[in-house]
Amino acid sequence: MEWMVPFVFGVGALAPALHTRLRVWSGPVLALVPAGIALYAAARQPAISDGAVPEFRASWIPSLGIDWAFRQDGLSNLFVLLVAGIGALIVVYAGAYLREHPRLGRFYAFLFVFMGAMLGLVTADDLFLLFVFWELTTVSSFLLIALDHEKEAARKAALQSLLVTAAGGLAMLAGFILLVDAAGTSAISQIVLQGESLRAHASYPWILALILLGAFTKSAQVPFHFWLPAAMQAPTPASAYLHSSTMVKAGVFLLARLSPALGGSDAWAATLLVVGAATTLLGGLLALSQDDLKRLLAYSTVSVLGLLTLLLGLGTPIAAQAFVVTLLAHAFYKGALFLVAGNVDHGAGSRLLSQLGGLREAMPWTAAAALLAGLSMAGGPPLFGFLAKETAYEAVLEAPVGSWLLAPLVIGTAVTLVFAAIRVGLSPFKGELGEAARDAHDAGPAMRLGPLVLATTGVLAGLLVGPAERLLVAPAASVVLQGEAPTGLALWHGFTPILALSLLTLAAGAFLYRHRERVVAAAAPGMAFERRGPAWLWDRGWELGLAAAARGAHAFQNGSLRRYLVVTLGVGFAVVALSLPLSDLRAAGPTADTPIVGIAASLLVVFAAAVMARARTPFLAVAALGAVGFGVSLLFLMFSAPDLALTQLVVEVLTVVLLALVLPRLPRPAKPKPARAVAIGVAVLGGATMAGASLVAMAGEPFEPISRFFEERSVIEAHGRNIVNVILVDFRALDTLGEITVLAVTALGILTLLRRRRPSDAEVQA
Amino acid sequence: MSVLVAPLGIPLVTALLAAAAPRRAGVQHAIGVTGAALLFVAAVRLLLHVHGEGVVAVQMGDWPAPFGITLVADLLSAAMVAVSAAVGLAVAIYACAEPRETIERGSFVCFSHILMLGVCGAFLTGDLFNLYVWFEVMLLASFVLLVASGERSAVTSGVAYVALNLLASAFFLVAVGLLYSQLGSLNLADLRLRLDLPGAREAAGPAAAFLLVAFGIKAGLFPVFFWLPASYPTPAFAVSALFAGLLTKVGVYALLRMFTLLFPDPIGGPLVAVAVATMATGVLAAASQSHVRRILSFHIVSQIGYIVLGLALATSLGVASAIFYTLHHIVTKTNLFLVGGLIARAGGGESLARLGGISARGVGLSLLFAIPALSLAGIPPLSGFFAKLFLIRASLQAEAFVAAGAAVGVGLLTIFSMAKIWNEAFWKAAPEEAPDLRLGRAAVIACAGLCVLTVGIGIGAEVVWELANDAARQLDDPQEYLRAVLGDGS
Repeated sequence: MEWMVPFVFGVGALAPALHTRLRVWSGPVLALVPAGIALYAAARQPAISDGAVPEFRASWIPSLGIDWAFRQDGLSNLFVLLVAGIGALIVVYAGAYLREHPRLGRFYAFLFVFMGAMLGLVTADDLFLLFVFWELTTVSSFLLIALDHEKEAARKAALQSLLVTAAGGLAMLAGFILLVDAAGTSAISQIVLQGESLRAHASYPWILALILLGAFTKSAQVPFHFWLPAAMQAPTPASAYLHSSTMVKAGVFLLARLSPALGGSDAWAATLLVVGAATTLLGGLLALSQDDLKRLLAYSTVSVLGLLTLLLGLGTPIAAQAFVVTLLAHAFYKGALFLVAGNVDHGAGSRLLSQLGGLREAMPWTAAAALLAGLSMAGGPPLFGFLAKETAYEAVLEAPVGSWLLAPLVIGTAVTLVFAAIRVGLSPFKGELGEAARDAHDAGPAMRLGPLVLATTGVLAGLLVGPAERLLVAPAASVVLQGEAPTGLALWHGFTPILALSLLTLAAGAFLYRHRERVVAAAAPGMAFERRGPAWLWDRGWELGLAAAARGAHAFQNGSLRRYLVVTLGVGFAVVALSLPLSDLRAAGPTADTPIVGIAASLLVVFAAAVMARARTPFLAVAALGAVGFGVSLLFLMFSAPDLALTQLVVEVLTVVLLALVLPRLPRPAKPKPARAVAIGVAVLGGATMAGASLVAMAGEPFEPISRFFEERSVIEAHGRNIVNVILVDFRALDTLGEITVLAVTALGILTLLRRRRPSDAEVQA
Repeated sequence: MSVLVAPLGIPLVTALLAAAAPRRAGVQHAIGVTGAALLFVAAVRLLLHVHGEGVVAVQMGDWPAPFGITLVADLLSAAMVAVSAAVGLAVAIYACAEPRETIERGSFVCFSHILMLGVCGAFLTGDLFNLYVWFEVMLLASFVLLVASGERSAVTSGVAYVALNLLASAFFLVAVGLLYSQLGSLNLADLRLRLDLPGAREAAGPAAAFLLVAFGIKAGLFPVFFWLPASYPTPAFAVSALFAGLLTKVGVYALLRMFTLLFPDPIGGPLVAVAVATMATGVLAAASQSHVRRILSFHIVSQIGYIVLGLALATSLGVASAIFYTLHHIVTKTNLFLVGGLIARAGGGESLARLGGISARGVGLSLLFAIPALSLAGIPPLSGFFAKLFLIRASLQAEAFVAAGAAVGVGLLTIFSMAKIWNEAFWKAAPEEAPDLRLGRAAVIACAGLCVLTVGIGIGAEVVWELANDAARQLDDPQEYLRAVLGDGS
């Protein structure tokens, strides 16, 4: 079990190379891997249905309690069977469907990465480990949707689905962190035992909301459903696999998995019922008017995903049973129908219902699979879909709350699905030859296998309902319920009201189909919701947000160094000014014994600074700057630091001379000076802040400075009489080494720059 | 003693040799790669030493602390030196595939090793003024690299870079002066002891604020990060990758050091707000760019926000998360800039509008971009995922819910940015015939090496987290640091 995921990833990594060797055989050979996993899971299933739970646990990141932990209970193994079993069929199918595609090798690689991630997701027994796989399915879905990435529509759809599901995923991660914090463990098998204390936990509302966001985006619930129809840009095998049978079920899988921990509260029930009901209804209604087979299937998938959510919201035993049966039935028939759509597209060259018809003779095998799968989708006996519908009806009719609303809603939606089923399963094949069917041909064996097997499984599961219930449904449902699952799934319960409703649904669907033109026309305005609904809001939101961000970024980082300097200085001094302790400031006022020379020098500095600020010509500014420096050296002199004063003077003179030499050679600034008021304000703020900071620093009792040590040891230990020199070359020689490096770099840098200039000058002359 | 001096001596000697040796690219690279490899070995040795035996210090010139200059390495310093040396080695190897004239005329090997000297010096010094010196070394070396390796426009951005960074240095210097005039010492450990005395820390408030501003500018915090996006997109790719990995992180390191060792009292709300603003403004600006290195540059700002958030939370978990994030970020960000160079080479530029069709050039380059990009976007099980996980967890536990929410939202925009580069440069059909330039084997090896590190920090997150956690513990309780610097008498 623990080897399963890495193994599948490994196969994915080798798949492209394998494909270049095996060419047409790559599909069947690669399919052996998921087929083997499916067999392995199937072999374990009897024991699991008897209550065995194979486990594996190894520490991964002990400080976070993250384990490399897997668990195969009834729910997990059901999904393993689906993911691996359907996966095998898909790989065979894709090998033929994409035979001419230049990127088939990569397709295999992405598909196996997805498969491994999905297998990990459904078996992980650690929330964070589950999240790892969750995100990997998102990434692989992104890569698969845009397999034909030269098409802009494909890239857009891939990005949209990535962003929607990643947004939910990130929210979910936060929810997981809170949940793990509340439960004290990240082991899912432990968390589900703590339902009561978790529901009473203070952060329960947040946990619930955040995790639901993740599940809803992944499982395409309203209002996040729009990415799924758009994702139909993916090649059909990927759509069949990811976007109907497996990945989109990850969200409801998570809800089912966590329902013992988070379910059972009013908030849980209310949210899931409302969102589920809205999704199933909207999906069903929007499916009505679709002309493109894949989009039609996508909307009906949305509808079923909504139903699954709704069933989990009910939380009753019969609803849990209905959840599992519906999920299974849907995986079979929807997978089959997507592959049928692929075959039709392949054989007849179109996916548009308005162009299709009369294909039964040209494509007998595909037509047979379509008929069976369509019948299951419609809920016709004796197929598995029939059982799904009956149990779902039973669940909503016996719903603890709101059955008066839920039952009609679910039944009404079922009618739309019957309509959709007839259109997909029947109409392309019966009647007159459509305009796209002139030289249609059936798909080869590899492309027949998948739809036929899936469709037949629906029949078999319906006929063998007893074993199917005991082996597959009940073990999974009991995990959701954390208790005994209901039994008694059967094709025939006698003449019950539910049977009547079921037949009525079929009849109503058929009636709609008779008037299909009017139905399609009547439902068409629904697409306005899609054009101006959540999808539009989402896209516009990004567009406007990014435009605003661009404007903001451009205004902030506008390229004006002068403004950068003003802002940086202003912010810097403002931060310091805010930190000045005012009480200390008042205590540290100037004292009376300040010598008159000091005051005079200070006044000189202030005056020169003012002149510089008001200077109209660069030369005056430079001269004033020199005067400032001169005043400072006077102050040094006054505090008996003649060496410093001398250095300062030399530096000032050099600076002024250099500036005076360079300034005439610089280009004049073309733009007028910026707001002087702001600059002067910042300058005054800076001066005041510096003064305040100095006063504060000098206010306290001075500590014994380390310079005493230098005075004492300079002669005795360092053998030097000039303390400054000794500090530079001995006490703090490392500083000097650094400073020498700085000087050397400067010199070398200038040299480098000059050398760099020369060839360009030569070029100019040449 | 040699464990601490080697990380300074090796880059210095390498730089001198490179300056003295003939300017031919082959000779230069031989020196550069050897020096970088030796530095990496020395850095790993230092890390192992500190990990095994605790904080290590050496008094330069044998003058006892606090009178001379102390070099000191705790786990934070050692880890920073190690990861910096690793990306330094990668860049040195990558540079072998850069155009000859960049290397020869720009004296890349010499100046890049001076830069490494400054970086290592900053990480290892235990002295405030000495830290200032190393910042100056870094600043000058990076300025020359920036101006010498780029186009003519690099001079303009170089001026902005140096002017704004000199401001930061001035603020820093003022802080050093204030602290010395008040406390009479420069040794960090000694300063800590003096600041612990009654009344001292209150009076040092303005100095602390100056330090915050200075390193805030160096780290690239909002609203003073102007210099970063102005300068990073222009120089040669090897140069900007080195900058992207190291420069801001030295600022971050200094913030971590100052506001745990000297001023351990939490700054709290205001710094959290600044961190969130940095995260948000950086990522929003990044999402709206359409030039590879401009996107990546603004993302640096955004991620500095994440790191500073960890510090601002002022919990041990927060600081540990910040350290983990920093280590991940240095590797990943350097790599993205390096791969940006490969993209430019493969697609003939950096403007997304003109790039395209790179995925057709084979799976190798796609993977080299995808791994660091996905890591930056926080996709598990890569390093960036755990970095974000730790930080969000730390924020939630510190009940900084807004910050946690911002971290999540910024994560989504990061995914968007990376997907945008992918969509445009890799997936879109090439708008025009791209010059089919060779990527250069050395460059590919360097990027692949960093990819392995990124995956390793992800899969082996436990090891790195332990390290970050222990480093944070040393910062939280500085006794070991103080003892190592000042002796047992402290």
